[in-house]
Amino acid sequence: MADRVRVPARNTRYLGSLAFQVALLLIVGGLAYAAVVNAAQNLAHANIATGFGFWNNTAGFDISQTLIHYSASTSTFGRAFWVGLLNTLFVSGIGIVLATILGFVVGIARLSRNWLVACLAGGYVELVRNVPLLLQLLFWYNAVLKSLPELQGSIALPGGGFLNNRGLFLPRPEFGPGFGAVVIALLVGVVAALLLRSWARGRQARSGRRTRIFWAAVGLIGGLPLVAFVLAGLPLSFHFPALGRFNVTGGIEVLPEFAALLIALTVYTAAFIAEVVRAGVLAVPAGQTEAAQALGLRSATTLRLIVVPQALRVIIPPLTSQYLNLIKNSSLAVAIGYPDLVQIFTGTVLNITGQAVEVVAITMAVYLTISLVISLSMNIYGRATAVVER
Amino acid sequence: MTTISDTPRSYLRQVPVGRLPPPTTQAGLFGWLRSNLFSTPGNIALTIICILFIAWAVPPLLRFFLIDAVWTGTDRQACLASATNPQPGACWAFVRMWISYFVYAFYPIDQRWRVDTFFLALSFGAGWLLWPSAPRRDLGAVYFFVVLPIISFVLLSGFPAIGLAAVPTSLWGGVLVTIVVATVGMVVSLPLGIALALSRRSHIPVVRLLSVTFIEFVRGVPLITVLFMASVMLPLFVPERFSPDKLVRALIGVALFASAYMAEVVRGGLAAIPRGQYEAARALGLGYGRMMALVVLPQALRVTLPNIVNTFIGLFKDTTLVFIVGIFDFLGTVEAARGDPKWASPFTSVTGYVFAGLFYFICCYGMSRYARSVEAHLSRAGRS
Repeated sequence: MADRVRVPARNTRYLGSLAFQVALLLIVGGLAYAAVVNAAQNLAHANIATGFGFWNNTAGFDISQTLIHYSASTSTFGRAFWVGLLNTLFVSGIGIVLATILGFVVGIARLSRNWLVACLAGGYVELVRNVPLLLQLLFWYNAVLKSLPELQGSIALPGGGFLNNRGLFLPRPEFGPGFGAVVIALLVGVVAALLLRSWARGRQARSGRRTRIFWAAVGLIGGLPLVAFVLAGLPLSFHFPALGRFNVTGGIEVLPEFAALLIALTVYTAAFIAEVVRAGVLAVPAGQTEAAQALGLRSATTLRLIVVPQALRVIIPPLTSQYLNLIKNSSLAVAIGYPDLVQIFTGTVLNITGQAVEVVAITMAVYLTISLVISLSMNIYGRATAVVER
Repeated sequence: MTTISDTPRSYLRQVPVGRLPPPTTQAGLFGWLRSNLFSTPGNIALTIICILFIAWAVPPLLRFFLIDAVWTGTDRQACLASATNPQPGACWAFVRMWISYFVYAFYPIDQRWRVDTFFLALSFGAGWLLWPSAPRRDLGAVYFFVVLPIISFVLLSGFPAIGLAAVPTSLWGGVLVTIVVATVGMVVSLPLGIALALSRRSHIPVVRLLSVTFIEFVRGVPLITVLFMASVMLPLFVPERFSPDKLVRALIGVALFASAYMAEVVRGGLAAIPRGQYEAARALGLGYGRMMALVVLPQALRVTLPNIVNTFIGLFKDTTLVFIVGIFDFLGTVEAARGDPKWASPFTSVTGYVFAGLFYFICCYGMSRYARSVEAHLSRAGRS
């Protein structure tokens, strides 16, 4: 009896757990080691180089959409990487803005007291959420954009644009020498409007009297640049696209691949954002609205000061994860040949170099970094807006 | 002495008054219209815009997909504009012609009963598990997660010893592959997801670290890169002679990906179980394994069933991505058939995609209705 008491049960358990952990690490490490050895052997068999030396080699392939300078004959794989990453971020960024707008509109519409509006919004959400994104993407690209008229039958858009199965061609704005003044005027206007707002708030806090500054702000932000624009001698002209025999010259070219990806990502993600928004608004207890009304706030003020801030606290975290999903989903570009990171790297570069491990690792590292950065900033936001409990 | 009740009073009614009808402005069709469609000027404007939109969009769609649609034909001629049909609509004849390819792809025609049997066995298992008042659902789980995979494997890939000719996976395709990928994803990801979720809540640091790393890594990257990794890197990591089949590689990728998401769903369910349940199980003298298996997991899985189904819907939609790494799933067969020059017509692609969309919509919408009904059932049970 006395012997048993002397051996503390916790100690043996602790040692057992330690042994288990060491064993587990050894097994995982062993598997990883075997994988690396196998990979080295297989790569040596197939005569494929290893390491990241290819990064500075000349790429030698063309990319259809480049936001930074790139040429097939002189640029490196490293340059191609940046082109792809920028294209991913470009389509994701625009997609996030559009999807947020559409998602908020649809989400609010689903809560509308108007039965028809709620039904239409609900139908949109159900339809879009239950069909795979890849199918929608192929539909937009192959069935809609690729079946637009040929070059010769281009649809002329009002304002001097063209739409055909090679893409959308829009007038390109050309900024004259005096355009800097307009930008400066805009900045001055924004700063002045912000100062005006803080003055009005301070006055309300001191005296309780409210100052309406809306129209003054509009005048500062919109009017000041307009005046500067006229004074600088209208320094803005448009370069219109021209329909040639074999192609369209001039103007901005929006590739059908880009357009299809953007439409598909926007439409798909907006349906999910709509659900997030709806859940967020429903999460604000009805008592909050009633209490605000009892205090005498108007319905617009109630919305702005009571409902939206509380709903946003619920909406923001899932909204960010939808943004992340959109960025990850933009990798479906590879299916229609939009030159995003995945298409350029795990598609073209992988085929040319054959260095699967490095290429896939780089691609994954990029997405992991984006995820990590966004989750970190999410955590910071979450801490800043957390409800302070008594 | 007389009481009040004895004296007849002419002004007291002897029978109750019949009920008045509700005001027409608030009840009935008119009241409904008034409160739901025409309550304010803004609402009226919205209603009119919506009606105009429906009137603009629905009739052409109906005409295209039903009235003007071509239902019969043997090649593209049927779906092109002709004297008899100057404005042809959707080319359903194309879908009818290719439907068996969409379902079985190149699976040998005389062996297709095996695919049908697989579908039957699968729907039996799914029904057993998902029907809330089915008897012995524990046996159903054993059937679905142990018996069914073995039967299906033997049935589909063949077992020459018992007279089933071997069918290489290169001949599989269409709906069959979609269902196989989704089912394997489900059958692997649920147990693996539970294991990962339990590891993530474990008190052993190394176990927790490994599981967190895996889950966050997989959730941080797009499925397509996981599939690329599975299809181009996996063959490098194993000795050459063990290099897995192309379909198996994609299955591994999808299953690992789904496991990470399932783990997070199960973790949510575990977090919803009150501490008292753990403590009570401990107090009864149950060890960790029995506490989880008999007390915690049954409750956690029940509350999280709607989320599991939703994850499965996501998985089902994600199966389309295997098409990008060169596997002929349902979407892949539609893409292939769409490119057939024998059927090239302006609306072949649209018809093909809409048909595929209908298939996925019916499957996913059905599952999400199921998830919602379970949710409603759970919240009713929780209130009582």
